[in-house]
Formats: sequence, C-alpha cells, structure tokens
Amino acid sequence: MLLRHTNDTIIEREALTINPAKTCQPVGAMYAALGIHGCLPHSHGSQGCCSYHRSALTRHYKEPVMAATSSFTEGTSVFGGQANLLQAVETIFTVYNPDIIAVHTTCLSETIGDDVNQILQKARDDNYVPEGKFLIHCNTPSYVGSHVTGYANMVTAMVKYFSGKSVTKKNQVNIIAGWCEPSDMREIKNITSIMGIKTILFPDTSDVLDAPLTGHHEFYPKGGVTVPDLVSTGDSRYTIGLGPFCSEDAAVLLENKCKVPFDILNLPIGLEATDKFVMALSKAARVHVPDEITEQRGRLVDMIADMHQYFYGKRVAIFGDPDTVIPLTEFLLSLDMKPVYIVSGTPGNKFGTAMSALLSEKVPEAKFKNGERADMFLLHQWIKQEPVDLIIGNSYGKYIARDENIPLIRVGFPILDRVGHSHFPITGYVGGMNLVVKMLNAILDKEDRECREEKVELTM
Amino acid sequence: MDNFLTGREKQIVRSGDTSQKIQCAKPSLAGSVSQRACVFCGSRVVLYPISDALHVIHGPIGCAAYTWDIRGALSSGPELHRNSFSTDLHEKEVVFGGETKLYESLSELIDRYKPKAAFVYSTCLVGVIGDDMEAVCRRVSKEKQLTIIPVQSPGYSGTKKDGYKVACEALATLVGTSDREIPKISINILGDFNIAGELWLLQEYYRKMGIYINATITGDGRVDDIRNAHKAGLNVVQCSGSMMYLAKIMKEKYGQPFMKVSYFGVEDMSDALYGVAKFFKEKELMENASLLIKEEFARIMPVIRMYKEKLQGKKAAIYVGGSFKAISLIKALRLIGVQTVVVGSQTGTPEDYALIQELCDEGTIIVDDSNPIELSQFVKEKKADIFIGGVKERPIAYKLGLGFCDHNHERKEGLAGYEGMLNFAKEIYATAMSPVWQFTR
Repeated sequence: MLLRHTNDTIIEREALTINPAKTCQPVGAMYAALGIHGCLPHSHGSQGCCSYHRSALTRHYKEPVMAATSSFTEGTSVFGGQANLLQAVETIFTVYNPDIIAVHTTCLSETIGDDVNQILQKARDDNYVPEGKFLIHCNTPSYVGSHVTGYANMVTAMVKYFSGKSVTKKNQVNIIAGWCEPSDMREIKNITSIMGIKTILFPDTSDVLDAPLTGHHEFYPKGGVTVPDLVSTGDSRYTIGLGPFCSEDAAVLLENKCKVPFDILNLPIGLEATDKFVMALSKAARVHVPDEITEQRGRLVDMIADMHQYFYGKRVAIFGDPDTVIPLTEFLLSLDMKPVYIVSGTPGNKFGTAMSALLSEKVPEAKFKNGERADMFLLHQWIKQEPVDLIIGNSYGKYIARDENIPLIRVGFPILDRVGHSHFPITGYVGGMNLVVKMLNAILDKEDRECREEKVELTM
Repeated sequence: MDNFLTGREKQIVRSGDTSQKIQCAKPSLAGSVSQRACVFCGSRVVLYPISDALHVIHGPIGCAAYTWDIRGALSSGPELHRNSFSTDLHEKEVVFGGETKLYESLSELIDRYKPKAAFVYSTCLVGVIGDDMEAVCRRVSKEKQLTIIPVQSPGYSGTKKDGYKVACEALATLVGTSDREIPKISINILGDFNIAGELWLLQEYYRKMGIYINATITGDGRVDDIRNAHKAGLNVVQCSGSMMYLAKIMKEKYGQPFMKVSYFGVEDMSDALYGVAKFFKEKELMENASLLIKEEFARIMPVIRMYKEKLQGKKAAIYVGGSFKAISLIKALRLIGVQTVVVGSQTGTPEDYALIQELCDEGTIIVDDSNPIELSQFVKEKKADIFIGGVKERPIAYKLGLGFCDHNHERKEGLAGYEGMLNFAKEIYATAMSPVWQFTR
C-alpha cells in the first residue's frame, strides 16, 4: 500500500498540500509556446525550473523538448536578471536561431522584480534581435494560479504581440485551443477542415510534439501556428475560445485590440460540448454542418446506445485541469454515469459555478473542490469514505487506483507511464468514441477478471 | 545552427589531443539549452530515498510537483518518501513571508504521519523572500520533540552539485546522534540510491563476505541507521559527486576512513569487494570475496561473451550526470564489445575528465555541460549506435534512430554488480539490435 498513511478521516488542513493536483505556471507557458512554429521557449530563472519543465514535457510526450534558461546564479538574484536575459537573447539567436523567443518568468525573477518587458525592449533597441525575428514574453509567477494559468498567459501574449488589424476582414475563424493534446488539436483541425472552414488554431502543438521518427532531430519541427497567421487573427471574422480557463483572456484581448467578436466554449470533450462547438463553428463561418460530421456524431451516439447499460450509475472520480474536467463531467452525465468526486488544483470560481450547474440536480451527493489543498490526498480520502468504479486523471492517479483496486483511465497532464494521449484524441465525436472505449475497457476488464466464475459472460 | 556556443570551446576536448585540458565546473552560459538542474534538485534527489523521514518542500507548488516520486529509489519498508508535501506558497506569503504556513504545514504533517525525522527544503522563492526557516524548524522541533533538519537549497545558489553538498551537510547533522553498538567489521554504503533495487544486490554481496551493513545512505535509508552511521568501520562511497563530501566530514569528525568505489561493471565491482576485504585485513573476508567473485564470473561471463560477440563494433555515446559514472560505463561497454565515442557529463571534475581522456580511444569527444545541438552533432559525426543518458536525452536519441539506455533514475533494472552487468548487457543488446531502427533509414 503505497498510500497506506491515507485514511478516511478528513481533518481540516490549514496550510499543507499533499500530493498536488497541479503544478506551477511556467510549464504551461512553455507548452503553449511550443505551439508556435519555430519558437524556442525561454525560462527566465534558475536552471532547475527549465530542466524540470523540459523533463515533465519530455516524459509526457516522449519527444525532445527544447527550451533555454537564463541560468540565474546567486549574483543574479541580488543584482537582477537583465544581464543574463540580454546574454541569453544573443546566445539563442546566434546558436539556436529560432524565429521567436518566448520568454516566461519564474517565481525567482518575479520576486526580485525583473521588468522583463523593459529588458526585452532594451534587447530590441540594442539590436540583439535579428531582422524578422521576434521576442515575446509573459509573466508566470509560480506562486499564482497553476500550470493552466501559465498556459493562458502565454496564449494571451500571442495576441498581445502579434494580432493585428488591417483594412480587410478575412473569411476565417480563430480557434484558441485550451490546454489539450496534439491529437486533440489535430482533431479540432479535422473538424473544421471537414466543415470547409478556414481557421487559425493557436497554439497548435500537433506536428510539434507528435513528430514522426525520421532519423533526424528537427530542432523546430514543422508544426505550430505561424507568425503571419497569428498576425492575421486580428482580421478574422470570429474567435472561438475552447476552455474558459485557458482561452478567455486571449479572446477578450483580441476583441479589445482588433474588434473580433468571440464565444467561449468548453473544450469539445463529449457529445454535448462537441455539439456546441460544431454549432458555433457553423454560425461563425456561416456554413451548414456537413453530413460527414452528422454521421460521426451518429456513430458516437450509436456506440453509447449499444453499451449504455454498462455505464448506468457507475461512480467516477475525476481530477485534472478545469477546462478538461468540466466537459468531461458533462459527458459522463450524458452517459448516465455519476461523477461523484472532482478535484482540480487550479484555482478560479468558474470551476465551482460550472460544477454546481452540472451536478446539483443530477448528482446532488457529488463533492468537488478546486484551488489550494484540492489535492490527490483529499480525493483519496473521499474515495476511502465511499469507493468509486472508475478514476479518470493523470498518471498520479495510479497510486490510489492500485491501493483501492479501482481502474484508472489516463486523461490529462502529465501522463508519464503510457502512450497514446498524443495520438488518439478525446475531443470531437471521434474523441468521444475513444473515451467511451477506454472507459468501457477499463470497467469491463475488471469485471471479467474479478466477477464470480459462473458470472463470466462471453457476450457483453 | 552548426556553430557551437561561443565560450564553450574549452569545455569540449578530443581524446589523444594532449594540448588541451577540459574546462568544467563552470556555470552554464545564459541562453543555453542546458541539460543541468539546480541546487534544490541536487539536495532533493540525494535525501529523497530516506523513506521514514518527512520531506517537506517549502516553496511554490512546482518544486514539489516535479520531484514527486520521480526517482525509482526503492524502500523495503516505509513509503512515506513517495508522497509529495508542499507549503504551496502564494502571493500572500511572498509579501508577508511563508513562516506561518511552514509552521502550520510541519505541525499538521508531523501529527499525521509521526515520522522519524523531517527534512525541510528551501527553494528559490524562500531564498529571496528571506524566511527564517531554521527558526521555524527549531520551534517545531521543540514542540514536537522531533529532529527537523532545514536543507538550505535555493535553486539559484549554485549547481546541482552544490545541492549534493547541502544534502551532505544536512545528513551530517543526523550522524552521531545515536550510540548503538555494532560489529567491528561493518560498513556504511554511501552514494547508492537503490534505483531499481540495486542496493539490495550489493548488500547481498557484502553479507556473503561476512560484513555487517550499518547504514545505507541514502538508498533504502532509515533515520535511525544514519544517526548511528559513525559507528561503522568504513564508509564505502559510490558516486563520488554526491556523497564524497559527507565521507570527508565523517572522517574529520569521527576519524572514520572511507573508500571510493564504483559498483558498475564487473571490474569495478570486484575491485570494490576486494578493496573492502583488504581494508579489514581479515583473511576470511578476502577468501569469501574471492570465492564470491569467482562464482559470479563463472555464472555471468559465458552470457557476457555471447553479448560481446553480437555487439562487437557497436559505438556508444554517453551523457550522464557525474563524470565518475562515465568512467565505469566506458569500461563496462568495452567488456561487451562496445566502443565509446562520445563522453560527457553535466557536472564533471577535472580529475575524472583526465582519466577519461586516458581511457578512451583516440578521437573520442569529451564534453562538459553539453546541450542537445552539440550532442546530436557529436553523435552523428561519430556514428554512434547507442546513447546512454537520462530523461531529456532519450527522445533525441530515438529521433536520431539510435538505441538508448537510461543510466539515470529512470532505469528499470538494477545495473550495479554482476547481476546488473547482465541486465546492462541485455539492455544494450535489446536496444542496439531492435528491429525498429531498420525502419528509420
């Protein structure tokens, strides 16, 4: 029992976090920046931060992840990081030659008060930046929000630095991707392409963090949203933000800056969220929903109908990031499952509001919490009080899954011990089918393994 | 991108070129995609395997999240070390200080888990907001009657190696706080972290020889054993980077001798066992060691020869944390017919690099604090077949169509000792010969 110390008696904790369901801002900023083509993320802080974030992303994607660091020393923390950042900009453009350097801060550079905006301006003024190259930045103090906040901040920086308004509107729709996998971003593009809509998806980590093995290491893989595309987001007809936590700030800024109207939806995870996404696309681009999309939807509904008896009443614990967890909860409800415990380390009132709206009538006994001390320890204590049939979350769920003998399906970040998340989406109707299959396999495999011998069924 | 980082030329040498001496122990250039980590990381990985102690990270959530059970340091008993405890500092604490939150966290934790001791790690943030962590530790220590050791490890205060030193200082405050009598012929095992259960293999060898194992620092480590560590007759130190400092402190304070060993590869393993036997000047120990080594050789060498035949002519690139480990790796690879063509480490020492230069064939590239671009170029230039490294190197190796062996904390099989040599040979063989590489060309 790896978590043998966990019991079911919940004592109010004032200060302590045990086994967090989140991490800190910079890794989110780093991930988002990788969704720009030819971009090298840069961590303005100690070397350890950069190393940890690269390792986390590398373990999750099983892909090389490149990022540079300001390599703070004791001296830097006293005298400020300007010299390091200027040297870094010079070094990076000389040696690694990216199109863009996307700087994010750390708790250290924030606390000592480095003004990154001013330092980068100095770098531009003093000709550290070659012609046609860019420096962008966002502030990601690790002691505010979570990794989700960092992602949102870098996405907002993309709008702040690039989005521009020219004289002519373009017949295109912006889609701001909330934190999801390269596979999900690819699926979102599939949907818009089937619908015949020109879209600009940003950030876009497909073809960056799911690159093929070719025998060469591409320092800057072919994917990622390009700078001209980012610039033209200001001329788009409409913006659809997927996932309020990750995309709302950027969408609002884009409206303020370039008068592009927007809609904030959930990430299209599950039937209803995908319906809403497809309808929003259809409205924004003024196109009809093609048969192919309707058929995809029909196949998902067909699959659910075939197996709905196995979903009924199943109790589920979910943990992860709000933009994922909210539509996932909605999907489980539409499958007639019971999401009873939901935890997210990311703070923000939107989480509680969305959960109440989804659960108060359908699963009044559900418990949910986000922000400080909404951690894996609490989730485990709830499960100890009354067990569940399924856990959905990242790899850190495996300890609870093993100790309590509950199947776990891996959704979210980080997934350190399985593959597939970068390649098989959970978004769109296709993603919905993937989720249904994963959940069913987990539940039915356990049933087959553990049910009484006479109850083993060949046909299910 | 074919120019190397300016200012790094002196950190790269080629074996056979005697005109040049490698520069190392230099801070990384700002802007480099360095594979290095920080002081906190160094302290945390060294102390982490002490499984009946609390490890509380005083800082923002990231530092705790990233070091949560990432190292496969196995415990034969408690699993407390596999949890992640954090004060999860927020803006409020940045402004008003985090001492209260630390005080409350520690108190809550100790009540809940009743640990044997607690290590409290400071991070960058705590370093700059200036919390008096020692005072808080003293206070809780008094209230709860428990040893609480502050580990001063703000990330920026040096390299990972400096973090090892901080960890050793923390350990040194524990050593000598107990006085249990133990047999005269006894050792402490320093610098093995029981990754994939390696320590257990070593313990078995020493026990067979008739040696009492006192404390294991820190693999499968226990607070009470470490308290009593000064009682052992000898400190046997592996992984010179992390634990040498503690051995030196113990020598100075208690006159306890130490011996530097490597357990990797059959040569080094045998040297270690003979060395320890020789130290105690007991005929029986020497005979036991000799018998054990003979038996193990007889058991594994036929298999090793089989691998050697098949691997003959393969070339390897090595990039590991410490340079001492690289030396053992070069020798072990040679035993299975693999030639080392690139060697590098994150935090090597001049002495180790000099030895590597001597040990390697002419033209071998030796590099300190490297980065992905350099490594990719070296590997291509030298036509390596296999890469040996850590988490960040693995996918790069694969992308280049190379086999890979994790010799860091993500190894899944023990690589120490004789059994470990078999595992190593098998792993190198499996990855070098995998049919997948034929599809990449």
